[in-house]
Order: sequence, then C-alpha cells, then structure tokens
Amino acid sequence: MNRYPLWKNILVLIVVVFGLLYTIPNFFGEAPAVQVTSVKATIKVDTGLLTAVETALQAAAVKPTALTMDSNSVRVRLADTETQLKAKDIVEKALNPDPVNASYSVALNLVSNSPAWLTSIHALPMYLGLDLRGGVHFLLQVDMKGALTKRLDSISADLRSLLREKSIRHSGIERDKQGIAIRFRDADMRNQARVLLADSQPDLALANVQEGAEFKLVATLKPEAGKQIQEYAIKQNIVTLHNRINELGVAEPVIQQQGADRVVVQLPGVQDTAKAKDILGRTATLEVRMVDDEASNNPGIMAQAAIGQPPMGTEYYVERGGRPLLVKKQVVLTGERLTDAQPGFDGQTQEAAVHLTLDAAGARIFKDVTRESVGRRMAILLIEKGKGEVVTAPVIRTEIGGGRVQISGSMTTNEAADVALLLRAGSLAAPMEIIEERTIGPSLGADNIAKGFYSTLWGFTAIAAFMMAYYLMFGVVSVIALSANLLLLVALLSLLQATLTLPGIAAIALALGMAIDSNVLINERIREELRSGSTPQAAIAAGYDRAWATIVDSNVTTLIAGISLLVFGSGAVRGFAVVHCLGILTSIFSSVVISRALVNLIYGRRRKLESLSIGQIWKSSSKA
Amino acid sequence: MEFFRIKKDIPFMRHAVVFNIISLITFLLAVFFLATKGLHFSIEFTGGTLLEVSYPQAPTLDKLRHQLEADGFTDTQVQNFGSSRDVLIRVPPAKGEQQEASSSKVGERVMASLQKVGVGDTAANGTLQDNKPELKRVEFVGPQVGKELASDGALALLSVVIGIMAYLALRFEWRFAVSAIIANLHDVIIILGFFALFQWEFSLPVLAAVLAVLGYSVNESVVVFDRVRETFKKKRGLTTPQVLDHAITSTISRTVITHGCTQMMVTSMLVFGGTALHYFALALTIGILFGIYSSVLVASPLVMWLGVSREQFIKAKVEKQEAVV
Repeated sequence: MNRYPLWKNILVLIVVVFGLLYTIPNFFGEAPAVQVTSVKATIKVDTGLLTAVETALQAAAVKPTALTMDSNSVRVRLADTETQLKAKDIVEKALNPDPVNASYSVALNLVSNSPAWLTSIHALPMYLGLDLRGGVHFLLQVDMKGALTKRLDSISADLRSLLREKSIRHSGIERDKQGIAIRFRDADMRNQARVLLADSQPDLALANVQEGAEFKLVATLKPEAGKQIQEYAIKQNIVTLHNRINELGVAEPVIQQQGADRVVVQLPGVQDTAKAKDILGRTATLEVRMVDDEASNNPGIMAQAAIGQPPMGTEYYVERGGRPLLVKKQVVLTGERLTDAQPGFDGQTQEAAVHLTLDAAGARIFKDVTRESVGRRMAILLIEKGKGEVVTAPVIRTEIGGGRVQISGSMTTNEAADVALLLRAGSLAAPMEIIEERTIGPSLGADNIAKGFYSTLWGFTAIAAFMMAYYLMFGVVSVIALSANLLLLVALLSLLQATLTLPGIAAIALALGMAIDSNVLINERIREELRSGSTPQAAIAAGYDRAWATIVDSNVTTLIAGISLLVFGSGAVRGFAVVHCLGILTSIFSSVVISRALVNLIYGRRRKLESLSIGQIWKSSSKA
Repeated sequence: MEFFRIKKDIPFMRHAVVFNIISLITFLLAVFFLATKGLHFSIEFTGGTLLEVSYPQAPTLDKLRHQLEADGFTDTQVQNFGSSRDVLIRVPPAKGEQQEASSSKVGERVMASLQKVGVGDTAANGTLQDNKPELKRVEFVGPQVGKELASDGALALLSVVIGIMAYLALRFEWRFAVSAIIANLHDVIIILGFFALFQWEFSLPVLAAVLAVLGYSVNESVVVFDRVRETFKKKRGLTTPQVLDHAITSTISRTVITHGCTQMMVTSMLVFGGTALHYFALALTIGILFGIYSSVLVASPLVMWLGVSREQFIKAKVEKQEAVV
C-alpha cells in the first residue's frame, strides 16, 4: 500500500523543520547597528572595549537592543536609525578622544534582527552579493615580475657590500633580466666568490660563464625561492590591504586571494571609489630619526613644545611609555631599507623584542649613524596615515653593524608581534594593478532585490494557479512540494552562507520553473496509469516508480551543465551556478519524497479508494 | 481539465524530413548572422568601462556625447537604458601605452565630464536646472580578464557537451547521445544567432542561461528516449518509426505543460526582472521554445536514421535470463 514507513515520515518532517529554521532569519530583516573595529594592529578588540562601549552608551542614556562581540569587532544593535547616528557619535567620542589619531573605526552597519538563539545555531540570513546591497568590487593583479625584480635589486646591493667586506675584488656587478652577473679578472677570485655566495645566499643558483678573457659568475633565483617570494608577496599584499581597508571603516570587507596572483577586494556599502582607491594605494612605513636630547631635557622648551611650539627642525612626540620627547625632522632611515621584521626576545633581558633586518645600504647607514652617536637616543617611529608614533627611543650603547637591529623596551609579546606585522605590512611587497572594478549604488541594489523577488513571486503564483487548476488535489500537492523546494533552497543558501547575487535570484526562479517538471512527469504518469485501467492505489505507486528513473536522468543532465558552470564560471556565472546546482538537488528531494509523503498521507490509508482528484481523465472511446 | 485528447499516435516520423529541413534552415540562418554580424559582447568579455547614470530629468544624449568627445573619449557609446532618464555609457578599453596608468580611472573622468554638461545646460535653458547625474553603477574590466572569460566559457560549453554525451551513452546508447547533442547544440547556435541578428548584448548571465538551457532541453530528449526504451521493451511488433511516434505522443502533454510552466517563470522574469535580467530571460525563452522543437522533432528522427532498433535494448535482458537459467 501507499504508506511510508515511520522513519521516512520523520525524515521529511525533520527536513522541513530544518528548512523553516534556517529560512526564518531572512524574514526578520535588518536592524541598524554601530560596529567598532580596531584600526591599529597594536590594539586588540577585547572585553575591555565591550565594557567601554557599554559604559559610554549608558552615560548618554542610549539603550542598545543588543551588544555583541566577535573576534574582531564589537557590534551595538539599536532600535532605529536616529539612535544609531547618536550612538555612533557617542562611541566615536568615547573611544577616539583625539579624532586625528583614531585607534578605532566606528562604522554604521546593518545586522540581522533575528533572535540570538537562531544566530547561535548558525541560522543567519542569506549573504547578499554586492549587486544586491551596493558597494565596490575590485580585482587586483599583483605584479609578480615586480616582486622578483625588487628582490633581485636588493640582493645585488647585498652582494656588493658582501664582496667588499670579504675583500674579493670584482670588475663589476650587473643586473640583467633574469639575474645578476658578477665579472672577475681571474678564476681564483671567482671561485672564492662562489664559495662565499653559496654559503650566504641560499636562494641563488650560481653558474660560471666564460666570456672571452672575462670570468663571469651568473646568479639567478632558484625556482623554489622565486615561488616563495611570490607567495610571500601576495600574502603580504593581502595583509597590507586589510590594514588599509580598516581605515575606511567598512563593516564587512572581503579580501581574498584568487588564483596565483590576484586579490579580490569587496567593500559593501562604500560608494566613494576614489577614496577607496586612494587608501588601497597608500603606504605606511617605519622611520628612524635622532632624538634632540638637549632640548628634550629642558623643561621650558618641552612646555612650549607641548602647546604646539617645538623648536625649529624638531617635532614633539609622546613615547609609548608616556614620556614626551623632541625628535629631529631629519630622517636617518626609512622602512624601504627594511627587508624583514620578526617578533622575538632580547638575548639578555628576555624582554619581548622586534628583530629588524636591514638591506646592505641600510646596514651601512645604520652602522655609521650609531658609531657617531653613541650615548644619544634614537627614535623609531611608525608612520600610519601620515601620523607618526614613537614606538621606542632607546639609548645607543655601541656601534651596530651587520644590518640586524633590535627594538625592545616597554612591549608585551603581543605588541611585539603586532609591531613586527605592521612593519612588514607597512608597504606593498609588489605593485598591484586594478584589473576589474565594479561599483553598484545602494538604490540599484535594493531595486535588484525587488526585481528578483517579484519575478520569482509572480512566476511562482502563475505556476501554482495553473497546477492547482489542472491537477486539482495532486496540483495542490505539487505546489506544496514546490514551496518546500523553495524553502529548502533558501535554507541551504542561508546555511552555507553562499553569496546571493541577482543571477542567483534568477537561478532560484529558474530552479522552481524547472523543478515543476518532476511533478508534471509524476502526475501525467499517474493519469496514464488510471487511463489504462489501474486502480487508484496502484496508479499512485506505479506513477511514482516509473517517473523516478526519468526524473533522475533528466536532472543528471541538468546537473552536468550546472557543475560545468560552477567549475569554469567566474563572477556572475558562478553565483548562478551555485544556486542552480543546489536547486536541482533540493528539487529531486522535494518533488519526489515530500510530494509522495503528502500523497500517502492523503490517499495511502484509504482501502476503498474510488478515484483520485487529479483532474479529468479522458479515456479514448476507441482503444488504439 | 485535460488539454490533450489524442486518440491515436501522431505520425510525427512521417514528417521527419520536413522538421529537419526547417531546423537546418534556421540553423544555417543563425550561422549566417553569427558570421556576418557577430555577437555584441558585453564589456565583461571585451574589457572597458561601463557607467550607468541616472538623471532627475531626461538629458539630451547628443550633448553628453559631444562633451565626452571634447574630453577625449573616442568611440564611446551613449544610450538610454530602461527609461529616458537612465543613461548607459560604454567606453572601450584604452589602447597601447596609456592603458596601464589611466584605465582604472576612466570611470571618474567620465563622471567629471558628465558633471560639466549639467552645469552647461543650466545656463542654456532653465528647465534642466540641477540636472545632476547620479552614478548608479560603474564596471571596469581589464583586457586580460575578458580573454580568460571567453576561454572559460568555451571550456564550460565543451565540458557540458562531453559530460552529457558520456552520461547518455552510458545510460542509453551512443545513438541517443549523438542525436541529443546534435539537436541541442543546434539550439545553442540558434540562440546565439538571435543575439547576433538583433545585436542583443551577450553577457555572462546570458552565457549561463545558454548553458543551463542546454542541460534543460536535453531533459526533453531524455524523457522521450526513456519512453522509446520502455516501448521497445514492452510492445512487440512495432516498427521503429511507430515506436518513436508512440513515445512522442504519450509524452507530449508532459512536454507542453512542463515547458509552459518554466516559460511562465521566465516570462515573469522578462516582465518584472527589469533590464538586468532582460537578456537572460530572452535567451531562456528562445532556448525553451526551440528546445521543445528540436529535442523532440529533431533528435528523434536522428535516432531513427542512426539505426536504433529493438535488439539494442532487448539483448541485455536476454543474456541476463540465460544467466539465471
């Protein structure tokens, strides 16, 4: 008989409940919110920030509807946009007392209005793409050749000073396209140099070349070293982009690597592309300058400087520890001379420290400066957003050679790690070029949602009306199954947090339009069975069974097309393909399993079933 | 309600040659238009910059064109889009030297240029006061991206064709695979032919629609073939054309109802989806209409001519029985 075993009914019930649960968040809409993120790598988002925000709002008698924190932001949900603006001002004032030198970015955002218990089971609204919510999309191409050239440039400078240090005479170092060529007068010198380079430069592949009377040593980057440099370049560029975008105060930026040498940047809600581009291209860096010790020790001058009148040629700064000092404007070294920065510990005091590695030219300058100014103080400044901050200002004890510098003092291990990251990330490892850009205004986004929604709604209504009129009760079952299909599809999209775009909405509509095929197949088959004289119960069973093979076959061919689109598509096509494939899978389940469950529920238990409500069955009077 | 009250199998196969000739003519026309007119590719494929701008009041397009030309944009297309207040501006990719430096800034320069027109008009006639353009959408695509998209699109088409053929050959018979693919690929060409003839914009969503419709109309052939297989097994003494006629006749109501339903959805997209979904829905509409025709009336005769016969389906069964005995 047409009855499902209990487990199958329960399965259907569970799936439908699951579908409902994960679809619900989409109906709650969004509430205005204020989002606080840190813009400085040295400042972390923690519970301290949460309480700071809370107390600031309490003091101003603004009641947030919810206060939440995740790994990198604090979000304050508010009742309406008016209080949202008010709250933003309050939080901004409380957290950034000095607006020029802000530590936090306070941005307006929208967060889902769904209750906390839904969020806790990861039931979130669908993640809307930029074409639906408005914003900017960039595709950046990292110039890998540039990264390699930069590296070779700095290596060739290193080689020059290395050979001089070991007094190996050469008659010229040249950079050509692939590598570095060093010329020697005799084979002996070349061998010495080769041994030295093989030891000190593990990244280089060396080859002897004889050119007339000249002995040449050609150094090229090893392929694996080249690959490593490229990987490092793209990673560092992504870190740098992250840091810079934080300045923009974008609520949910997306920064992802795409392929070997591309980066996607998506900034929802940002309209000002010019500003965004400007900030993406900006550099933040390190500067080393000397401290004006005499003036810094003079209380009179310091008092003048504190109110904005420092002596000529100096600038007033407050050190991390809180001590004010005057720093000379003349720059000794900049971050360009920095090849690496790693967190670590001081060899003697076990204090947290940052180890800097300078390139050859930087090392020479540093050595000269430290030799000349033993006993004086040197300031290391981080320049972010054109504003400097003195990280530390240690006293120079001895001459420092070899290009290895250590910054220590008044730093925790975390701070050391952050400073190292910031120094590394300060500048781009390789130049980048924008190869794709898309700006979508917010009104267009809302328009697109409405258009997609109404197309689906009216299409669905038309199909539902037709099916119910044509197949009566079985039409109703088909429409319920189709609704279940929509429910499951939306639930899956919400659960997977796949990006929903306008082509994605079109794919939802199309999935529904195609999914009805399975139900039509089944219903037609049942009619046919009835026509050929089967009893109603047998017709139901045979109809579902025979249609099943056809449904699988036809869905597999559609799925093959969908998967090809998914694999080879990009951008708009991929957004379509994801939904298309998911839609095919949910449609098989809902049109066969769910509709059968309903039919079984309605007809399965009746032993004496005379007829089915499946519309008129016309029987040919003369049997063919 | 019952639309189809068919007493006897309709003798489709008697007119097989006619159907195929109609189909061939349409196909050749499509190829002709593709060859002579070519596809009007969107900037996703060609590279370049596209701006969608909306004005409070309808602007004079000629003035915009002149201003853009004066500011050094050659070969720009300025056209209305949706309504007379919405303007679409296409700037082709810059050639040669200047490309690298300025390409991503084109959008801003065009906007600056458009702003000037608004100001100029205010002085000339009072009606266009404060008719400032509002930027709705900018798209910039570098030339390297376009090439990749084109090759990815070709690869996707190829893998769809191979995948479907392999599946059909496995599930049915190579004859079915070949005829289903021929019938449905010629649909793809016909859709493209329409896009070439009317110079509709061929964009990424259209490509997606074309491939989706390819998978979908193969369905159609599958449903008919399924029935062919079943009829071969069940009914003895029918000739091949009779079997095909029976299969098509008994599935025709399902064919029409399903496609009607899908088309209702697509029509709804065409009506409510606005410009963004317009060409997508158009491609689907053509695909669905020609899909019915070709997958039923072209694929089936092809199967017949390729020499499908009852033995190809019965053999396996006979062997099995012997094994049991």
